Amino acid sequence: MSGGIDFWTTQVLNGLQLSMLLFLLSIGLTVIFGLLHFVNLAHGALYMLGAYVGVSAASALGSFWAALAAGPAAVTLIGIALYLALIRRMRRAGPMNQVLVTFGLIFVIVDVVRIVWGDVALGLEQPAMLSGPVEFLGVSYPAYRVFVIATGLAVMAGLSLLLNRTQIGAMIRAGVENDAMAACLGIDVERLFFIVFCVGCALAGLAGVIAAPVFSATPDMGTAILIPTLIVVVIGGLGSLNGAILGSMIVGFIQTFGAVVTPGLASVMVYLLLAAVLIARPEGLLPARG
Amino acid sequence: MGRRLNAALVAGSVAAAVAAGLATVASAGTRVGLLLPKSGVYAALGQEIDDGFVMALEESGMAGNFPIVREDTEVKPPVGVAKARKLVLQDEVDVIVGIVSSGVLGAVRDFIHESRVPLIVANAGNDDATGAACSRYIVRVSFSNAQVNRPMGPWMAAQGIRKVYTLAPDYKAGHDMIDAFTRTFTEAGGEVIGSDYTPFQKTQDFGPYLTKAKAADPDAIFVFYAGGEAISFVKQYDSFGIKADIPLYGSGFLTSPLYVNAQGPAAAGVIGSLHFVPTLDTPEARVFVESFKARFGHTPSEYAVQGYDAGRVLVEAIKSGASDRESIAAALPKTSYTSPRGPVSIDPATNNIVQNIYIFETVAEGDALTQKVLGVVENVQDPPNGCTL
Repeated sequence: MSGGIDFWTTQVLNGLQLSMLLFLLSIGLTVIFGLLHFVNLAHGALYMLGAYVGVSAASALGSFWAALAAGPAAVTLIGIALYLALIRRMRRAGPMNQVLVTFGLIFVIVDVVRIVWGDVALGLEQPAMLSGPVEFLGVSYPAYRVFVIATGLAVMAGLSLLLNRTQIGAMIRAGVENDAMAACLGIDVERLFFIVFCVGCALAGLAGVIAAPVFSATPDMGTAILIPTLIVVVIGGLGSLNGAILGSMIVGFIQTFGAVVTPGLASVMVYLLLAAVLIARPEGLLPARG
Repeated sequence: MGRRLNAALVAGSVAAAVAAGLATVASAGTRVGLLLPKSGVYAALGQEIDDGFVMALEESGMAGNFPIVREDTEVKPPVGVAKARKLVLQDEVDVIVGIVSSGVLGAVRDFIHESRVPLIVANAGNDDATGAACSRYIVRVSFSNAQVNRPMGPWMAAQGIRKVYTLAPDYKAGHDMIDAFTRTFTEAGGEVIGSDYTPFQKTQDFGPYLTKAKAADPDAIFVFYAGGEAISFVKQYDSFGIKADIPLYGSGFLTSPLYVNAQGPAAAGVIGSLHFVPTLDTPEARVFVESFKARFGHTPSEYAVQGYDAGRVLVEAIKSGASDRESIAAALPKTSYTSPRGPVSIDPATNNIVQNIYIFETVAEGDALTQKVLGVVENVQDPPNGCTL
């Protein structure tokens, strides 16, 4: 294998960058799943909406930072509409019905995106201050990717504080552990669900805007990211922050180093790991419910 | 108010009746099955081909003689086969036009050949479709993968480039294109010092591959990517700061006018080879680009020209007196004319198009990106590669 320490440092950063993107998506999905017992397959489609709204906002307002605010805000509003119109009614409908409804939502959202924005992929320019490479950990690395890593770490730290140190965090953890008992203790579980759902949508929108300058916005980006995200959730364990962190690190690094070391097997390795985890620990590596 | 509404309704139904009447008259003409992806990764390409095809029929003034049945391949080989069967057996079309994906073309080949329905291929470039697996019912007016890439080998070697790293998606077209380039480049004295194939439609982050390519320290990187992957690749290549040291070359699809604007400044300086660029300075190209812009509101890409030429060869074949499946199949290879992409003809040995290949650089012109032609390789013709018609 070619390259010295610089080469491997750069590849570690590549792995970290991909892990952070996967984390931003999977944390929303896993907490919604853990708390609401709700399988939201449309989560990837919301990520795509975030990217497209970001592209439009950036061209209308002329600023990437405006897009970074508009994307999550718009996706949260769409999420609220979906919650009120569909998801609230489907709460008790059982996982198979939920999967079917949210799977159908993917097709609806993808076609709406194709009608509004067209089939041609759209690019989003990086903000000028983050374009080009910077010196980081002794290697020259794209500044924007450093920003992606930093954003992921910041969200990780923020959510960790929120879940472990605040009252609402304690309520969420109680709801994930046993929602009936939490309701008996006077926690308004429905309202809690709603808040968590909104935060999950906002993070999906944020991930979409952040991903757009690197990957560009395409109508198939939502379904393409959904499978790795579900793998992260299954490997990490449903409903847990630590599980999402560990799972996204594992998947991000396996994809990156798989591509470097054994390109022919890169796309298979994640599935092999998924199979191994399902056999050895079907509940995931760090499940929320012990 | 009510009366006016009634009048509108009457006018509407009269218009509908007239349209229905026209449709009945038209169905006496040549029935065309347009088999293109309308969803999936190549939907935008399919639309460009559709637009170009319709424009050629309209220009000929014979659009009414060609009733069109459209079907969506979804870029999936089994779906493509099912839709081809439907077009032939149920709609009883006289000719099928389209097919974007090499995989779909490979899958429908035997059915087309055995049912003896002429197929005008408007994109799919797999070499064997006009090589070992050629058919007298399959005529290709787009390109073959080898045809587009072969000229790049000697051209890059002549620029003094000795060591190249190649990258492409891991599927048929990726391997075809890189193989063709590698063969001519090494024959011209160059060396491919490293090569990676990235998982097709599963790779979004090219960072690991770009880091590897950079570490190998080549004189240039040569790649094939198209569509969304091309946009991501070019932008990521730029953001890693590789551009300053290692120039990027590739199949011209990499910076197609269809999506070069989504790539933005990152695409400036990328050099590719292709059978059409919209800045060609010929009367045919200028007229085509102007009327396509007027009709569809954007600059036509190579895909639009492929659709246009598919329409042109069909019109030429019908004008020469062909009317049913057999006579259309026999007449298609005999057409030759000057296309927006330059002089074209169909090779009687393989049924593949013979055409010029242009080497061009994407350059920034103000805020927009445009194509500057650096060289022309005239009348590029594929060897028969085992084809016997």
